[in-house]
Amino acid sequence: MIPELGNFAIILALLIACVQAFFSLAGAARGNTVWMGVARPAAHAQFLFVVVAFACLAYSFLNNDFSVLNVANNSNSTLPWFYRLAATWGSHEGSLLLWILMLAGWMFAAAMFSSHLPADMVARILGVMALISIGFMLFLLFTSNPFDRLLPPPADGRDLNPLLQDPGMVIHPPMLYMGYVGFSVVFAFAIAALLSGRLDSTWARWSRPWTTVAWVFLTIGIALGSWWAYYELGWGGWWFWDPVENASFMPWLCGTALMHSLAVTEKRGGFKIWTVLLAIITFSLSLLGTFLVRSGVLTSVHAFATDPERGVFILGFLILVVGGSLALYAWRAPRVGLGGQFDLVSRESALLANNVLLLVAAASVLLGTLYPLFLDALGLGKISVGPPYFETVFVPLMAPAIFLMGVGPLARWKQAAVPDLARRLKWAFVVALASAALLPFTMGKWTPMIAFGLLLALWIVVSGLVNLWERTSQLAAAGGRARVTYLRNLPRGYYGMLVAHLGVAVFIVGVTLVNGYEMEKDVRMTPGSSVALGGYDLRLERLEEIEGPNYSGVRGVITVLKNDRAVNMMYPEKRLYTVQQMPMTEAAIDTGLLRDLYVSLGEPVDNGAWVVRAYYKPFVDWIWGGAFLMGLGGILAVSDRRYRLSRNPRRNETVAKASALA
Amino acid sequence: MTRHLIPLLVFVVIVGFLWAGLSLNPREVPSPLIGKPAPEFALPQLRDGGNIVRAADLRGQVWLLNVFASWCTPCLEEHPYLVDLTRRNLVPVYGLNYKDQRSAALEWLGRHGDPYAGIVVDAEGRTGIEYGVYGVPETFVIDKLGVIRFKHIGPLTPHILNEEILPLVRKLQT
Repeated sequence: MIPELGNFAIILALLIACVQAFFSLAGAARGNTVWMGVARPAAHAQFLFVVVAFACLAYSFLNNDFSVLNVANNSNSTLPWFYRLAATWGSHEGSLLLWILMLAGWMFAAAMFSSHLPADMVARILGVMALISIGFMLFLLFTSNPFDRLLPPPADGRDLNPLLQDPGMVIHPPMLYMGYVGFSVVFAFAIAALLSGRLDSTWARWSRPWTTVAWVFLTIGIALGSWWAYYELGWGGWWFWDPVENASFMPWLCGTALMHSLAVTEKRGGFKIWTVLLAIITFSLSLLGTFLVRSGVLTSVHAFATDPERGVFILGFLILVVGGSLALYAWRAPRVGLGGQFDLVSRESALLANNVLLLVAAASVLLGTLYPLFLDALGLGKISVGPPYFETVFVPLMAPAIFLMGVGPLARWKQAAVPDLARRLKWAFVVALASAALLPFTMGKWTPMIAFGLLLALWIVVSGLVNLWERTSQLAAAGGRARVTYLRNLPRGYYGMLVAHLGVAVFIVGVTLVNGYEMEKDVRMTPGSSVALGGYDLRLERLEEIEGPNYSGVRGVITVLKNDRAVNMMYPEKRLYTVQQMPMTEAAIDTGLLRDLYVSLGEPVDNGAWVVRAYYKPFVDWIWGGAFLMGLGGILAVSDRRYRLSRNPRRNETVAKASALA
Repeated sequence: MTRHLIPLLVFVVIVGFLWAGLSLNPREVPSPLIGKPAPEFALPQLRDGGNIVRAADLRGQVWLLNVFASWCTPCLEEHPYLVDLTRRNLVPVYGLNYKDQRSAALEWLGRHGDPYAGIVVDAEGRTGIEYGVYGVPETFVIDKLGVIRFKHIGPLTPHILNEEILPLVRKLQT
């Protein structure tokens, strides 16, 4: 009964979406306010029914209703309740429903926080989002219905893939999808602007917070996924350039470019066409990611059970959405006027260069991801493109982008002078260069890559400090009080920028140092033996049998010694999940601010001995710390006063003036 | 106008490749077993009092080897197609009951129907290893000389049966 209710709720939501799409878009085109008025209530109702559908599926999982095929395939009665809940989105069908839920949620939010927008704009935005929603709901109903029954029901389910039985997996997909789907709002804004022909700085002001919020979710989602891979897969890597990781990274790169481009459109009225194109591309890459993951055209550790029929459907949908919006772009973009002029050296040009670098980086990731497919399609054989390609291409592209991160915020809008910038940043560069050259010596090994990585990170930090110093100096010169007192006067958006850039620096430090100074040992250990690693001794005390709710296995008890003093205990496990007979390695990690100790059990060898893999990973947590700082920067930027005040048009003016100065 | 058409053109090219990609299978790494003699086995039957059956006993005919288990839910998905295949009497299907319990397997077959010309029991999965089984169900096409000609991993679909397996079987039978 409950699954049928869920199925019915999705069908109702689909019908509402059809009504919403038709009346909003037709109403906006004909200027019919009654028709346009359908948009908001329809978006609310659609959200309600999608929530009901999702709740029904979650209910079936929580209550072990194995007569539902999806539950039987992805859950088991011995699974703890929180993983049963997470199993709701652990399969292709369930995650698609999660996607639809997120889309409806974003639509609901867009309907809520758009009271200050003109009615036709709101109608167009909600209409475009409803079209996307229709596509996904049709996809769900026709090719991947999570409510399909399995009769007669099996006695128990096949269990959730043990890899997914992890707290990280409970939150990683929802965060990631919030990001992916969040870009649909900006996409809808862009299409609405193209349809109406009103592509101005107000449009950019509306789009900016939505872009930033979606970007924050995507950043955190990717970071969580990477962290999960690090501790769950048992070999200590944090990024594998897997097609599915790339599928999330490409929209992130484009979304980053979009955020910066929107800043120019809002503040200077420039880059309008470029910004619209970026908004379209960013969301298109999100959709492309969906296609790649679910159609089976590429091999990936993440790929869902695939089916060519699904691939045809998503490809058709992709053609309609992306092809349609790019055609609309080709048709309308020539009529959009040019923005303000700017010189070759200016903040605009720095941001444009940064944008181009980010986009080229995204394109090179796309090329690397699709290259095996290209060759296969042309009959040139089967290959796989691995980390060496991506690392070779990526570092040279990102290095100038990071250099520009230091210069851009200091350059003046419209026109800046190179000698002036050089004078202001000369000491910053000297300090960064000197510290980067000397720091590796204190850590025991000097290589050009380590010094270069540190230079990039320090450059961001020092140039950020110069920026802060100059800003407070200007205010102090005008106001006459001490510099520190003006720190509070600076807008949150500005701090958001500094914190996010600092996050990039922290991330680079993490990547550089873990690549440069990581130590790894693969040893055969018996109880009582120990291994020395990075100034620590790891002593295997004993091995114990363990029994979990749905697994059994072996746990190693390891004492961590520093200078012969016990400082910590570690418990790596090797589990065998009983239902799927799948062995899993649960690494033990001793996390620290400056280093991680990482131990995982390999395979048992003779006489009670085990192969043990131990890693010493300096600064590895800075990788995710940096990503979280980037996300925090985004949150600070969105909480800026001018967004909260933007409902009041008169006060808006003053704030806009204040931030134009900023 | 032309300048603004570039993104669309790039997209069209990518779509062309994606379309072509749909009909390709990236996982279809040619199995090392294809074209090789089917690994020998001597396993007890599930029925008929557990008499030993050898792969060599099945020479001289084209046959399918279907790896299944009662604990395997995807096996239920393909099961009706196997029942139907046997009803049409096109090719004998032999079952390899993989890491299963005898009583559970018999009950499962009783409930869902038994399409198999014969079933051998591989309780410990050793023969499965010889055949490179890494997911259940899997299906092999083996020719008159006992050579593996085709392998499918995962549940059979009508498409795979009718477009790939049966044409191959017909060709091998003549």
